[in-house]
Amino acid sequence: MNTLIKLLYGFRDWIDDRFPLMQNWNEHLAKYYAPKNFNFWYFFGSLALLVLVIQIVTGIWLTMNYKPSADAAFASVEYIMRDVDWGWWIRYMHSTGASAFFITVYLHMYRGLLYGSYKQPRELLWILGMLIYFVLAGESFFGYLLPWGQMSYWGAQAITSLFGAIPVIGEDLTIWVRGDYVVSDVTLNRFFSLHVIALPLLLCGLVVVHILALHEVGSNNPDGIEIKKHKGPDGIPLDGIPFHPYYTVKDIVGAVVFLLGFFAVVFFWPEMGGYFLEHNNFFPANTLQTPEHIAPVWYFTPYYAMLRAIPDLLGGALVMGVALPIFFLLPWIDRSPVKSIRYRGWKFKTALAAFTIAFLGLGWLGIELATPVYTNLARFFTVVYFLFFILFPCYTSPVDSLVARYYRAGVKWILRLILAYLVIDQLAVMLDDKQIIDNAFLGFVSGYTLLVILIEVLGFYSLDIDKPVPDRVTYS
Amino acid sequence: MSEDGIDKDRRRFLTTTATVIGGAGAVAAAIPFVSTLLPSERTKALGAPVRVDISDILPGDLKRVSWQGKAVLILRRDEEALNSLPGLDEKVSDPDSNDSEQPDYAKNQYRSVKPEYLIVQGWCTHLGCIPTYARKGEIAEIENWQGGFFCPCHGSRFDLAGRVFKGVPAPLNLIVPPHQYLSDSEVLIGDDSGAA
Repeated sequence: MNTLIKLLYGFRDWIDDRFPLMQNWNEHLAKYYAPKNFNFWYFFGSLALLVLVIQIVTGIWLTMNYKPSADAAFASVEYIMRDVDWGWWIRYMHSTGASAFFITVYLHMYRGLLYGSYKQPRELLWILGMLIYFVLAGESFFGYLLPWGQMSYWGAQAITSLFGAIPVIGEDLTIWVRGDYVVSDVTLNRFFSLHVIALPLLLCGLVVVHILALHEVGSNNPDGIEIKKHKGPDGIPLDGIPFHPYYTVKDIVGAVVFLLGFFAVVFFWPEMGGYFLEHNNFFPANTLQTPEHIAPVWYFTPYYAMLRAIPDLLGGALVMGVALPIFFLLPWIDRSPVKSIRYRGWKFKTALAAFTIAFLGLGWLGIELATPVYTNLARFFTVVYFLFFILFPCYTSPVDSLVARYYRAGVKWILRLILAYLVIDQLAVMLDDKQIIDNAFLGFVSGYTLLVILIEVLGFYSLDIDKPVPDRVTYS
Repeated sequence: MSEDGIDKDRRRFLTTTATVIGGAGAVAAAIPFVSTLLPSERTKALGAPVRVDISDILPGDLKRVSWQGKAVLILRRDEEALNSLPGLDEKVSDPDSNDSEQPDYAKNQYRSVKPEYLIVQGWCTHLGCIPTYARKGEIAEIENWQGGFFCPCHGSRFDLAGRVFKGVPAPLNLIVPPHQYLSDSEVLIGDDSGAA
């Protein structure tokens, strides 16, 4: 036994002389000190990594039987489902994995919002994470065309048509993206290439850089306290514990629980009532017949609801195009010195709650058919979504700097002017229609009142008062 | 020559020229990569303008052809059909085709170059379904149906000039593709260069 262990250590040393094996092991696992107060929210980073592995492995296996051509794609997916041994299992893991990826990533990002993980010194870490989200969105969009079902086809047709909304170059750009005048075999082939080679490479590279950046600045924690401020005589943070074995073991528990749920879906509800696999996608793509109701998969519905809510196509595309990149600004528009929601004032909490409701509400509306009432509701939520960002420097500005004061005054009067214009415009419409009091009018009044309260109270009523942050991490 | 034997000017010159030439090379190399994404010769050939013989269309009949993967509808209208159009100005939402998409030479009362022939894309402006041709009186539910197009997906209706009726989901008149007459019996769809 002893000789065997000696032999193994000898082998390790042989490698270490030629490659920094132990150095990397220590730097990123055994001697990477993470705060000891991680909670439930801190599972989702490692879970997203687990889903990435699942997607890559199942993707490689799917590619072995999939045929990227308009004539053969749909049939080859059915072939995988019916004739390939365990093919259905591989494919359902991949399709469930797509949704699981967005669930874990959305929760991972929300954790960042809760505990201010984007704030100094983690700005770049946040930006890298946002880039990962963008690549992931592209990856899922390209992958969704591959089964060549009705939803695949018309979804891709609709989204690529959005380029057409760009003035002057729009039409040519759309043709360049599709490689054809409509979504066709050519488009399918290039989307396949992007889905299995280009974006996965980019995604893996970005994930590595994201983790390297994390290990450079160190993990945040639910208290938002920098554990590196209090180090013992050995130079190790007093509130830190080695990632391995403490958090590897904790994350394994998380992974087991996650996989229980994941495989419950794979085995029993792979379609998830049409949310993970849409019913219309069980029909092969028909270029001459549009489905009655085109809706994206659930993870894009908040942004689809925004697109539909704006009457003008270019305006809608612009709003949708800004709604995600605006997250890049978070590290700089958040003016509070406090990171964690635990020690923030009531205004930030209210704003985050309003944003959460707006985001979930838009997600729900994006699934439903657009009735006039729902469209107005989607407009309201879109406004709340953007107010969260526009007012961020107002309600998180305990340090009353000159710039902050000018920004607040500017935003205050611009928003008030817009609100005044809205009232006049709406009243004119109502008077014109001679429908002074009906449901639409009441809906407008209540939505408008809510907006005024949100803007005035959150933005300008008073400065937010943060609570004192403790010196060392807590366990609550 | 500087003191340590390094000619810094020479080094800077070489670095700059190498960067500029290399950068130009990289930009030049990007051109083919961008170009391969454009429609290939085969795709362009499949999407090329199509010549259509219209001499075999009887008055009141419709001919369907495919151009760039989309259906194009060619309708030969008789006197009665043409005379019915002005009377519908009140019932259609954009009688003068101000909002819809059509070449300037088809922005007129009949939405066509020759009043006799209507050439529109079979692409419902609502969600892209293909409208079917319904002759006079064929839609019994509509009182005094003069003939036109009916979209089976969401019930949008268009008159014999492809103008959309009020109160249906489709927002715009049917699109008139670019086209030109090569002779009395032949029309070229997809290309209007040199046409009036």
